[in-house]
Parts: sequence; structure tokens; C-alpha cells
Amino acid sequence: MQETNDQAHWRRTTKLMLAHLGIWFFFGYVIHMFVNTLNQYTIPILKFPLGFYMAAQGSLIVFVVMLFVFAYQQDKIDREHGVAEDD
Amino acid sequence: MATQTSQSSADFYKQLGRMYGTYTGGFLAFIIFVAVLEQLRVPNYILGYLFVFFTLAVYAIIGVATRTAQVSEYYVAGRRVPAFYNGMATGADWMSAASFVGMAGTLFLAGYDGLAWVLGWTGGFVLVSILVGPYLRKFGAYTVPDFMAFRFGGNFARFLGVIVLVACSFTYVTAQIYGTGIIASRFLGMQFEIAVFVGLVGILLCAMLGGMRAVTWTQIAQYIVLIIAYLTPIIILSTKKYGIPIPELTYGQAIAEITAREQEMLQTGLATKAALKPHIEPFVTYTPLNYFGIIFCMMVGTASLPHILMRYFTTPSVREARQSVGWSLFFIFLLYFSAPAYAAFSKLEVYTNIIGRDVASIRPWLFTWGELGLIQICGKNAVNLDAVVAACKGIAGHPGVVRLQDFVINTDVIVLSTPEIAGLPYVISGLVAAGGLAAALSTADGLLLAIANALSHDIYYKMITPLRSGLRYLVITVIGAAVVASILLLLPGPSPIYGIPWRWLLLGGLAALIAAVIPFWTGATEVAKRLIVARVLLLLVAVAAAATASTRPSDILAMVGWAFSLAMAGNFPALVMGIWWKRSTTTAAICGMIAGFGLCLFYLVVTRYLPGIGVAYFGMTSLLNPVTGAPLVDIAKAMALPNAMESFPTLAHPLANKVGWFNLNNINCGLLGMPLGFLVIYVVSLFTKAPSAELQAYIDEIRKPRGQTVLEEKT
Repeated sequence: MQETNDQAHWRRTTKLMLAHLGIWFFFGYVIHMFVNTLNQYTIPILKFPLGFYMAAQGSLIVFVVMLFVFAYQQDKIDREHGVAEDD
Repeated sequence: MATQTSQSSADFYKQLGRMYGTYTGGFLAFIIFVAVLEQLRVPNYILGYLFVFFTLAVYAIIGVATRTAQVSEYYVAGRRVPAFYNGMATGADWMSAASFVGMAGTLFLAGYDGLAWVLGWTGGFVLVSILVGPYLRKFGAYTVPDFMAFRFGGNFARFLGVIVLVACSFTYVTAQIYGTGIIASRFLGMQFEIAVFVGLVGILLCAMLGGMRAVTWTQIAQYIVLIIAYLTPIIILSTKKYGIPIPELTYGQAIAEITAREQEMLQTGLATKAALKPHIEPFVTYTPLNYFGIIFCMMVGTASLPHILMRYFTTPSVREARQSVGWSLFFIFLLYFSAPAYAAFSKLEVYTNIIGRDVASIRPWLFTWGELGLIQICGKNAVNLDAVVAACKGIAGHPGVVRLQDFVINTDVIVLSTPEIAGLPYVISGLVAAGGLAAALSTADGLLLAIANALSHDIYYKMITPLRSGLRYLVITVIGAAVVASILLLLPGPSPIYGIPWRWLLLGGLAALIAAVIPFWTGATEVAKRLIVARVLLLLVAVAAAATASTRPSDILAMVGWAFSLAMAGNFPALVMGIWWKRSTTTAAICGMIAGFGLCLFYLVVTRYLPGIGVAYFGMTSLLNPVTGAPLVDIAKAMALPNAMESFPTLAHPLANKVGWFNLNNINCGLLGMPLGFLVIYVVSLFTKAPSAELQAYIDEIRKPRGQTVLEEKT
């Protein structure tokens, strides 16, 4: 069956959603499960234990950057399928 | 503030920039002005009043200037708030008294484990943007229950949405009003109950005349105050200590020093292993399950809380809604990644300058807090030097220096006392108080509006107005009678106004209100009536919240955490399945919401208020100590006590909050409710008839940013 434009748009949107949820899950949970291992490393100069740093700042920075990247990527998908709003 | 819709958006944007730029400059000038007054030896309490009343006056002016008589302006600020500014408003909406005052304190006490809150209260915005927010914007709702009603077959789903909304927002708004009372009473020396009502007036001035439009523009002003207030003290502190004005980078050094000092304290006998929680050691306050559970519940809760979701209804486009989530998190991040710095600097100060110091030479800044009962040394409030020395002498074998186990600090003190610890002038303390007040007021505004909008738009306009007139009067009479009855039954206590009992005060107020509204009501247009109802309900909800707060309910702070779990269990499965799975049906969503929300609520109520029954009939066991793995209470012993089966006990009850299933804290009850909600929606959908082709076509429309909002198309 031929995929319609709408279906293709939604397929790509779903894929983008899953990719970002994956990153979210990794930085929200997985990385903090290894906090004890990470704490053995110290960030040079700043002196933060790495595991602590990831929970206090690292993951947060990832989330902020991710949201702007997501807004850009989703907008690109919308435009390529002609369903974006007019500027 | 643009008043003509014809204005081009670029002009509007520029104008906003100029306005808020001037405002920020004015605020900084005001701070300098107060600093000069302080040098001229104006008494501190006058400086405190100046801060509070100046900021309140500015919010009130914005609130009154942006009043509106249009429905879409009132509910969604006319949908033309630019992404950047909506981000700022969401930041203020989001960051409450708990974030501003409480977060750093939690991090101080719990160290690494406290970061669960930092992570949980930021990562949720990823879910808002990816799964829910932009789609609701395209849908074009005024409230979250609006979406439930449209997607899931009408008013029953709408009603469930309203129940979830009120359940999670009302306790939350009560906590904010409580917070304004605490801050105002501490800094201005006002009586707590009166301070609560000063806060209430501030909130009403912002929200009542202009609804969402006024709340938006005041929240931006409040964000600017709160972020300046939060960052200034630690920037100065960091510069003083390490020579670099970026505390977020320098506190790594402080953590290294804390860790070294912890070892030293253990070796010299200043701390016992039991009393010391190493700052960077994970999982000593929460078990790993509860640590990750808090992160998950707070994140998913973020994406389900109506007062946050409705902020994204106000952007001009779906694209801007997405960008706006990014800006929101950026502005929130500025505060949250600084909170651990507060905790680290305070902890270093306490560990090096209080612990191990001779009892007779304690630094005087802590006596102000000791007088308020917020700092205790050797088991007594640290009121003054003599009291401390006497208290420590009373402990057998006390070495004469302060040990870690001698020192108890209330978590609220961390942020509020930092200016004093750093030896900064009083103007900075006043600034911090104004910031805390801005945080509490802005969140309270957003929550109140969410509740009042759900009641006025969903219950009144969508459910009651369409009824036949006979039935309509019946419903209104029943609701009115219920309100009067609950005032009579629930609020017997004396009010701050000449000790007149609350119930008579409120009934009198209600009668006066009705009398005041009647002249406007008769002959008013349909639109005017809608807005009158919205404003009256806003007033009623606000007074109810303030009355509840002034009774100082003991569980109030825990309830904020519960709100996230309740929102998550009730809303999240229905919202996500409604958008992402066309096959999900009305029956399934209704069953899913009831099951998920019900299970979550059941777990909360039983573990907190009926713990004996939970143990006896529902197989609950004691929660475990995260470090030793031993049960927190001996269940057999506690169940043998005469009060074991008591219902609605105080927190002192041996079982309250200490029992559960799977060693799960009740704050994480969403972890039970949400998966059940998803499961029920999935299974029941498969057994019921698929939604109509027409509805499925509407869902396709929600998924594409282009075109009209779906709700406008249909109505």
C-alpha cells in the first residue's frame, strides 16, 4: 500500500519521538544507575565527582539542549511534509 | 502591552522587550535605592516592607492594566504570547515556594539523593514537548478537561478531568498561600494568618480582572524578580570565596572540601557514622527504587499538571509552543542548577564554622533563626549564647564543642539565611524575601486560574448552561447548598479578623458577593455572564484555599509531591493514548482514568491516613531503612498498640507514612496508578468499538500543525 504524505509525516514524527525519549531515558535514569562508578572520576579543575555532576547539572543541560534540537527537528519534518504553519 | 490585535508580531515582540527591559532596570535601580536607604540607617523592617509592597504594587498594576472583557483573552491570553516570554511565565508558574525556599534545604539534608527532585522537576518538560503540549495547542482547548471531553465522548470524561484537576491543584495552591504566609511572617514579622490574607489580596489583584492574560504578564515580571533574588546572594558568595562569580562552577570545590571535612569530623569524633550522611554518597536517604521513582513521578507529573499544560495554550502557533517548552526549561534550569550550590556553600559553612567550634563562640547569625525555632543546638532553640551553653551543659559527657548530632536546622533556613551567612547587607535579605514571595504568588496565580477555569468553563459553561432551565436551577441550588453546608461543617475555627468564626465570615462574604454581583448579572450578555462566573469562582476558590492554609494543615508540603503522582495517574495515560493511539476509545479512557487515579489515591490515603487497615486487610508491610535495610517500624508491635487502627492519625502515629507495598513511598503512588491506567485503556479499547472515522480524522488534524485549531472547526 502506498504511504500517504500524512502517514509518512506521522511515521517520521513517531521515530523522532522515540529517539528523543531514548535520550531522555538514558540521561534521566540509566546514567544515574552508575553513579558510584562515575563518582570515582573527578572533573579536572572544577573538582566535581562525575556521578554527582551528571545529576546536578549534566543531565539538565542535556534536557535543555534537547528541547531546542527537538523543536528544530520537528519543525523541519513538518515543513518537508507541507504541514507546518506559515511563518 | 499590545492592545490592538492588528499590530504585527515583530513590533509586539520589540515592544515587550523594551517594556520588560525597562522594568528590570527599574527593579535593579530600586534595589540600589534600598541599599542607599540602608546606608542611611533606615531600620531593617522598613526596608523589608518596601520590598514587599513595591513588588506587590507592580504586580497589581500589571494585573489591573491587562484586565479584559474577552473570553479568549481571559482563558488563553488571546493566544499571542511569544515563545520566549511564555517560557519565562511558565518558569514562574512552575517554580513555587517549595522550589525557591525548600529545594536547597532538601539538597543540604539529603545530599545526592535530593537531586532526585532537581532531575524530576526538569526532565518532565521533555515529555511535555514531545508527547503532549504542542498537540493540545493545536487542538485549541481552553482547559485540559476540554480535550478529555472532545476526545472521549463528552461530559463524563470532562467531569473526571475536572476531578483530577481539582484534586491535584487545590492542595498545591493551598501550599503556595501557606508559603506566602511563612515568608511574609518571617520577614515582616506579620502574624501568619494576616500574612496569608495579604498574599491572597496580591494573588487576586493579579488574576481576577484579566484571567490568563493578566497572569501571563505578571508572571513574567515575577520571574525576573525571583531569578535576580535567587542568584544574587550566591554569586556574591562565590566571588568572595573563590574569586569567580559563577557559583555553579565553583561549588565543586566546596563539595571537595565538604567531603574532606566529613572524614575529619568522623576521625575527631565530631560526628558519628549514624548522624552523618556523606554529601555525595547516593541512596542513603532514598532506596534506589524510591530515588528513581521520585524522578519518574515528578517528570511524568510535570507533563500531566493542568496549570503547566495550559500555559502552552497561549502561544501563537504550535511551532512556538515547542520552542516555548525549551525556553521554559532554560529559565527553570537557571534556578535548579544553582540550588545545589546554595546547599554546598551552606553545608561548608555549617561544617567548618559551627561544627567543632567551642560552644561559647558560636557565630551570632544563627540566633535570629533560633528565636524562630528553626535552628536548634543541643536539643534547644538556639535563642542566644547563654541558652546554647546551658543546653549543652545539660547533656551528659558533652565535650563543649558543637557536634554534628547537636545541630538541627529547618530546611527553609538555607536559602533565607545565606545572605546573613555571607555577611551581606540586609538589602539582600529583603531581596530574597521578595523573590520567595514572587515564586509563591506566581505559582498560586497559575493554579487558581486552572481551578477556576475548570469550574467556570467546564462545569458551568459546558455542563450546566446547556441544561433545561428547570434542571439547571436544581443543579445550581444543590451546588450552592453543598458549598454552604461545607462552610458550616468544615470551618469552625476563628478567623484573624477580630476572631469572628470562619463560617460566619465566609457566609457573610458570600451573601455580600451575591448582592454585589446581581446588578451586573441582570441584563448582561452571555459573554459577560461567563466572565462574571469565572471571576466569582476564582474569588471563592482563592478564599477557600487561604482559609485552608490559615489552619496550617500538617501535611501541606507532602501534598505538593502527591499532586504530581495524582496528576500523573489520572491524566497522563488518557492524554498520551488520546493523542498517540487513534484506536483508544471512550469507555477505555474513562475506565483507565478511574482505575489509575483510584489506585493512586487509594495507596495515598491508606498509607497515610488508614495505615492500620492497610496492614490488616491489604497486606502492607513496613518500609525499609535505605542504608541498613531494616524495617522502619516493628509491625507486630505497632499493631498491638491501642491506636493501631486509628483513622486519620497525626504524623506521630507509628504506622503513618511508614507502610506500603514493595517498599514504595506513598509520594510515588503514581508508579502504581499510571501503568494500570495505560493497561486498562489498552485492553478495554481492544474490546470496544473503534472511534468513529470522523473523530479519527480530527485526531489526524491534531497531529498536523497547519490549519485551524480543531475545536474552532467543530464548534
